[in-house]
Amino acid sequence: MAAFSSTFYEAFLLIASLDHRAVEIVSLSVRVSGAAVLLGTLIGLPLGAFLAVGRFPGRNVALVTVNALMGLPSVVVGVIVYLFLSRSGPFGELGLLYTPAAMVVAQTVLVIPLMAAIARQVVDDAWQRYAEELQAMRFTWWQSVTTLLYDCRHSLLVAVLAGLGRAMSEVGAVMIVGGNIDHATRVMTTSIALETSKGDLPLAIALGLVLISVILVLNAVAFTVRAWAMRRYG
Amino acid sequence: MKTMFPLRLRDLKFQPNGRAVLDGVDLELGGEGITLILGPNGAGKSVLLRTLCGLVEPTAGTIEWGNGARPHLAVAMVFQRPMMLRASVLENVAVALKPFAVPRSERHERAAKVLERVGLAARATDSARQLSGGEQQRLALARAWVTAPRLLLLDEPTASLDPSATTEVERIVREIRTDGTRILMTTHNLGQATRLGDDVVFMSAGKVREHASVQRFFSRPSSEEARLFIQGELPWRMNF
Repeated sequence: MAAFSSTFYEAFLLIASLDHRAVEIVSLSVRVSGAAVLLGTLIGLPLGAFLAVGRFPGRNVALVTVNALMGLPSVVVGVIVYLFLSRSGPFGELGLLYTPAAMVVAQTVLVIPLMAAIARQVVDDAWQRYAEELQAMRFTWWQSVTTLLYDCRHSLLVAVLAGLGRAMSEVGAVMIVGGNIDHATRVMTTSIALETSKGDLPLAIALGLVLISVILVLNAVAFTVRAWAMRRYG
Repeated sequence: MKTMFPLRLRDLKFQPNGRAVLDGVDLELGGEGITLILGPNGAGKSVLLRTLCGLVEPTAGTIEWGNGARPHLAVAMVFQRPMMLRASVLENVAVALKPFAVPRSERHERAAKVLERVGLAARATDSARQLSGGEQQRLALARAWVTAPRLLLLDEPTASLDPSATTEVERIVREIRTDGTRILMTTHNLGQATRLGDDVVFMSAGKVREHASVQRFFSRPSSEEARLFIQGELPWRMNF
C-alpha cells in the first residue's frame, strides 16, 4: 500500500514540477490529436452530413461501411498507414514514417468514421424535420449540407469530442507509424505503455492523470458551450 | 414578355399506392390576387400546394405555366409549422437568399428591410426559436417575401395562431399581394377566406368542386358539398 501511495505522490510531484519530459510528451499528444481531430472535423462532418442528405446508389452500403469502420482496430489502421508511408509504399517518398505527421494521418483515419457516423445521425434527424422546407427554398444538396451542419453545430460537438477521445486514447496506430521515439514521436499513450513496462510507474501515472484531466476539461468546456448555446438558440 | 401565368392544371392526379389524394384536379389561375383553397381534411389541399411547389411529383396530368417552364425560384412556400434554424431572426430570413447567389452582406441588408415590414426588426438579433408562434409565422412569411416570389403558397399559416397573431399575418399577406405576388393559400377559417380572398377554390376528395369569387362562393355555392361545408355540416373526409 505504501508503494502504491508513493507512486501517486511522485506522480503528483512530476505534474506539479512541470517535469520537462512530461510537458514535452503532453504537448506533442495535444498537437497530434488536435490536428487529427481538426482534419477529422473538416472531412468527417461534411461526409456524415452528405450521407444524411444525399440519395445515391450504394448509400446503404456506404452507411453500413462507415458504421462498421467506427470499430476499426487502431493497430489495423496503424499497419495500413505504415504500408502506405513505408519506403516501398505509394507515399514513401514523402518520408513521413516515424514522424508526428504520420501519427496525425493514422489518427485522422481512425476518427473520420466515428465523427462521420455521429454527424450522419445528428444531421439526419434535422434533415427529417427540414427537408421539405429546404427543398421548397430550392437549396442545392451542398447548401442543405452546410445549412444543416451550421444548425446542428452544438450537437456536433459530441462528434468532435468523441473523435478527440478516440484520438487521444489511441495507442496501437501511433506506436506503429510513430515508433515511440524519445523527443520525436513519444505521446502520452505510448509513453504510458513504455514506462509501465520499464517499471517507471510515477511518470506513467502522471501522464495518465494528465490525459484524463485534458479529456475532462475539454468535455467540461464543450458541455458549457453547448448548454449556453441551447439556452441562446434553443 | 410572357409571365408564368395563367397557371393551368389539367387532370392532375397524385395517387401514391393507388390512393387518390389528387383525383383529376382541373384549375386555372390568373396572375393576380389571393386564392383561398377550402375543403375538409383530406381533400388534397396541402398536397396540391406541394405539387405546385415541386415537392410532390404528380402521378398523371399536367401543370402548364404561362411561359412554359417550371419557375423554380419564383415560387415560395410557407408551411404550417415553419423551420426555425438555431440562429438569429435576421439569419433565418437571410438564409432564403442562398440559392439566389446574393452576396452575404446584401442578404442581411435585404432581410433587415423585410423584417421591418413584418414588424420584427426589433428582434432581428434574437434567437428565432425564442419567438412566439405568431412571430415565427411572420418570420416564415418574411423568409418567403425576401425572395420576391411571383407565386406564394401558404399552407394554413394561421392554423395554430390566436386572433391577434392571425390578424397580423393577414395584414402581411395583403402587403405581399400588394407587392405583386400571386398568393394561393389553404385555410379552414371561413372568416379568413372572406377577409382575405379574392376567389375560392373548394376541394373535396382530391377534386376541385368549385372555383368562384369569394362573394359568389359564400352567397350562392353551386355545389351541395360546398353548401354543406359552409354550413359546417360536411362530414369529415367525405368520399363522393
